[in-house]
Amino acid sequence: MTTVEEQLLPSAEPVCLIGQNGLPHEHPSYELPTKEALLDGYTELIRGRRFNDQASALVRQGRLAVYPSSHGQEACQVAATMVLKEGDWLFPTYRDSVSIVSRGVDPIETLTLLRGDWHSGYDPYAHKVAPQSTPLATQLPHAVGVAHAARLKGEDTVVMALVGDGGTSEGDFHEALNFAAVFHAPVVFFVQNNEYAISVPLAKQSAAPSLAHKGIGYGVPGERVDGNDLAGLLAVLQNAVDKARNGEGPQLVEAHTYRVQAHTNADDATRYRQDDEVTPWLDRDPIQRLTTYLEQQDWLDDQTRERAEAKAVEVAGQLRDGLMPEPEVDPADLFKHLYAEETQQLREQAAFLRDELAREEA
Amino acid sequence: MTHTKISMAQALNQALRDAMHADDTVVMFGEDVGALGGVFRITDGLTAEFGENRCFDTPLAEAGIVGMAVGMAMNGMRPVVEMQFDAFGYPAFEQVVSHVAKMRNRTRGRVQLPMVIRIPYGGGIGGVEHHSDSSESYFAHTPGLTVVTPATVADAYGLLRKAIEFPDPVVFMEPKKLYWAKEEVDLAEDQPGIGKAVVRREGADATLIAYGPALPVALEAAEVAAAEGRQLTVVDLRSVVPFDDETVCAAVRRTGRAVVVAEASGFASVSSEIVARVTEKCFHSLAAPVRRVTAFDIPFPPPKLEKYQLPSVDRILDAVDDLQWEDS
Ligand SMILES: Cc1ncc(C[n+]2csc(CCOP(=O)(O)OP(=O)(O)O)c2C)c(N)n1
Ligand SMILES: [Mg+2]
Repeated sequence: MTTVEEQLLPSAEPVCLIGQNGLPHEHPSYELPTKEALLDGYTELIRGRRFNDQASALVRQGRLAVYPSSHGQEACQVAATMVLKEGDWLFPTYRDSVSIVSRGVDPIETLTLLRGDWHSGYDPYAHKVAPQSTPLATQLPHAVGVAHAARLKGEDTVVMALVGDGGTSEGDFHEALNFAAVFHAPVVFFVQNNEYAISVPLAKQSAAPSLAHKGIGYGVPGERVDGNDLAGLLAVLQNAVDKARNGEGPQLVEAHTYRVQAHTNADDATRYRQDDEVTPWLDRDPIQRLTTYLEQQDWLDDQTRERAEAKAVEVAGQLRDGLMPEPEVDPADLFKHLYAEETQQLREQAAFLRDELAREEA
Repeated sequence: MTHTKISMAQALNQALRDAMHADDTVVMFGEDVGALGGVFRITDGLTAEFGENRCFDTPLAEAGIVGMAVGMAMNGMRPVVEMQFDAFGYPAFEQVVSHVAKMRNRTRGRVQLPMVIRIPYGGGIGGVEHHSDSSESYFAHTPGLTVVTPATVADAYGLLRKAIEFPDPVVFMEPKKLYWAKEEVDLAEDQPGIGKAVVRREGADATLIAYGPALPVALEAAEVAAAEGRQLTVVDLRSVVPFDDETVCAAVRRTGRAVVVAEASGFASVSSEIVARVTEKCFHSLAAPVRRVTAFDIPFPPPKLEKYQLPSVDRILDAVDDLQWEDS
């Protein structure tokens, strides 16, 4: 017999199925994903890493206003979408571009927000990906709403809601967990704990034993997983998604990872952390770890490597080709889409700008 | 006294430092204000100089930050808190509107809240969504809040010092696009107090009324207008609440014509309040309806479109031209 507390509490250590050295770990509750899943994941990781690094390069070339990279967190990024079905939803933050692309959204449409030509460039319904949320944790109650509506409509949708370690301090995080639990909403709250909220380290963010422990007060089961172990992430997140889909209510998963780069290109991380803190994390790189494992299994043939590399080259090319030319923006767009029916005042303001621009041209 | 050339960001930093030296009940906290010194470096070096008890990072929760400041102010301290950006102050709205603004009134003056909420605001920095809001009208509309906004380096220092010494809660709005502009200033020079507007330029033909990020644009427009033969007075509001009717109306009465310039959307805003007041109080001195140059009534646009949203010299000059100079 297990107590309620035991059912709700996360495991003492983050679940890890492939260790830092690439060796598999036995786990009493979780099984290694299949070879196919890991090889697919490998390809996604290689592509995700290239996406991150190409986007960062394009910031330096002035083609993006800003890029919050998930370099080093790619295993979390791709696992979050790999465990979803087509009808499921993803609620991402500004940090989760790789997850969005991994879900199938066009890379350039994903980046219009950060290029600065329009806020949300993709159709949220096309791939069931909500607009990237910048106000922290505010997307989480929406995720609960989408899940609850799906339940009321009799759909077996699961919602994957992403948030950072810092975001778990916001009131909306707590309200969302409580609502999800009370309404039994099929949401997986997936916290990417990268140890920092800009400059603020986890120790100053929370005094909880782990962020996954935050579920217990709401009756939401928590689980912790090594955020740089794709195998562990796939197993834990799949389990959480399956439980949510099977009517077991919301789940909270915390991935332990690390933000190896600055918060964004605009941030100077040397002001608040030492290099010797970062260095050990470089050895825990999720791609390196999976690669070592796959090599040890002799599963990584040339064909797989080439396929992954081709996808990475393709996405990098898409970013360069799509972002190098200056995007066309139309000032008339400013007045569109505020209301289902345009107001008289907005028509007048649009006309004002049109006249102004016409005079400038004349 | 000595004049130094410093930026608004440096002046704000100096004001905090001097206030913390002057009064050890002054504490500064918020997101990333410690080791990082704030994302705009306004709190740079304060933790190093005063220690973790005087300037510290909090967990990431704006309602918590403002709510804790209320409690600390109730218990004898003078908290200064930072909202990292305009739009990230919204989670604290409940605390600001229901408690910060109302505490004195609901306790019949028994509880005072000498606290400052610093908010970097406005556009012009190429920020992606939620980083460029002008939120002053929400606060100005809330009775009980004092709302000030500097537009010069000297005022950044002077007004922040006065805000920290003020007996009531002050929403201190910092025009972030002016953070890096440097001016030659003497920080020891006393500045007019909270509640006082200042005439930044005298001219007989019409008055521009501006505040915060719109002030430099208004001054530039006045410069161009002068070259074209029209002399404009420019009033810098500095203090949105309390509102300096006297200075504003005196200028309008002298010139008989006025244009309000503000970066926020115009509808139901500080700018519409100014027009209403000036019209009510100066009707017989006005030769033309008071005009406004504001942002459009749309969410702040993405960086590549923001130039269309911000008040410009041309828009101000056009509005001035429209002030019925000849009967037609
Ligand atoms: C409500 C709100 N407050 C403040 C910010 C400013 N801000 C942007 S990212 C960030 C840190 C977030 O940290 P975390 O949740 O750990 O996510 P990470 O950036 O590490 O992925 C802060 C404070 C914001 N976006 N929204
Ligand atoms: Mg983080």
